[in-house]
Amino acid sequence: MTILDRALLEAVLLGLACGPLSVWLLAYRQAYAAESLAHAMLPGLALAAAAGAPLLLGGAGGVVAAGLLVALAARDRRIGGDVAIAVTVTALFGLGALLALDSETPLADLLFGDLLGVTDSDLVAAAVLAGSVALLLAAGHRPLTAAAFAPLPETRPARVQAALLVLLGAAIVVAVQGLGNLLVLALLVAPGVAVRPLPSLRAQLLAAAAMGAGSGALGVLASDRLGTAAGASVAIVLVLVAVVALLASGGGGDRVRRSPIEALGGRA
Amino acid sequence: MSAVRAEHLAAGYRADEPVLRDVEFAAEAGQTVAVLAPNGGGKTTLFRTLLGELAAAHGTFAVDGTLASVPQHDQARLDFPVSALDVALMGAYGRTPWWRRIARADREAAREALARVGLADRARDAFGSLSGGQRRRVAIARAIVQDARVLLLDEPFAGVDRASEERILAVLDELAGEGRTLLIASHDVEQSRRWDRVLCLNRRQIAFGTPEDTLTAPTLAATYGDELVVLREPRMGLTIQHHDH
Repeated sequence: MTILDRALLEAVLLGLACGPLSVWLLAYRQAYAAESLAHAMLPGLALAAAAGAPLLLGGAGGVVAAGLLVALAARDRRIGGDVAIAVTVTALFGLGALLALDSETPLADLLFGDLLGVTDSDLVAAAVLAGSVALLLAAGHRPLTAAAFAPLPETRPARVQAALLVLLGAAIVVAVQGLGNLLVLALLVAPGVAVRPLPSLRAQLLAAAAMGAGSGALGVLASDRLGTAAGASVAIVLVLVAVVALLASGGGGDRVRRSPIEALGGRA
Repeated sequence: MSAVRAEHLAAGYRADEPVLRDVEFAAEAGQTVAVLAPNGGGKTTLFRTLLGELAAAHGTFAVDGTLASVPQHDQARLDFPVSALDVALMGAYGRTPWWRRIARADREAAREALARVGLADRARDAFGSLSGGQRRRVAIARAIVQDARVLLLDEPFAGVDRASEERILAVLDELAGEGRTLLIASHDVEQSRRWDRVLCLNRRQIAFGTPEDTLTAPTLAATYGDELVVLREPRMGLTIQHHDH
């Protein structure tokens, strides 16, 4: 396989895995959790890079540590959960950047990934991820549906959401090899956004897998033609598709009007 | 054995401070029971205890057979991409193993249940596009698919349009006719005359019995306190004045 073939395969596998996952992440309103986890795992990646250990291992440690610290911060009552999470994530991200300065792997590769440098084991990991995500989402389809639709106690919403976050953590650990811990977010959010106008869950999940894989392939091919960075090209294609899908679906009628300050999260 | 029986039941969010006490009643199979209570009077506590979400602080209760609830606020996401049929099918989730598809018989049952609540033609419509009354009817269809012996309905008529109300009343009569026991939390004193029994709660049980025995001025005064407004003596038209907390 050429470098381009490998990059294509990696991008397609990651798209297949993360596309359907993003539908559920948005259904459970977990885009912020995805961003926090992905950004705050950087120290794990940096430590693994510095020690010459597999990034997969460092990523896994980084995600678990980030998840625990973010969960702990979310309980803060003095400055509020979202503020505490923002502080924690920024602190961990800064720490990761500091640690990465001493390592042989450039910081840019950790942040933006290296699709053209994927190894056989990266490809195997991506294939295993794609297979497991498909299997687990199929097996958990009814509990996920019931708890997302109406979080009544008998649907065990906390347990279902925790399982989803574990799956999210695994996806981030694997996808970060190709897309880096900043760009991976595009793959975890954009497909879910793009398929929102579709009327059924089944259609949304299938379309999101297709969109993730298709955008991944398109991004890699475009980067090859245009000589642009592969990961960034994939992310831009994903976001463009999502924006076009949103604009094409219209839906201006029930769009909520908000001030720019509100839209940024402030409660103006 | 009674379908639902409570003895000396007390329950609440903290064992040392029950929100509701002295609950003592028995509902037989096929009986309809109106549960009247002011806001904060303990009807939600009673339902949550029967559902096993709250532990009984004192006393015991027993439910014969399966239990289904039709909550007042489904907390349902209206932007979630499910159809009315999908929601009715959720009634079959509990008995479907995770590795199996939903049985054909259950799909049939879900369609039938939607037809019973008068929504056969809306089965494919997005749940979020239905009116409040129609959504309540879908929730009842889901409970029918669950095939429970005992149904807990939390204010099934609150904020419901006239057509939906009549349809729901007819379906509830049918369900009781099939031998199911219905507990119907309500603020509608007039309507509770049509049910078999009335259970009056105000942080404790005030009365339980036939509508003739329970829907008296002293009992209603004890149940609703100053929320009670008597409109027309002597026919005793009553209404309940809500204080929003």
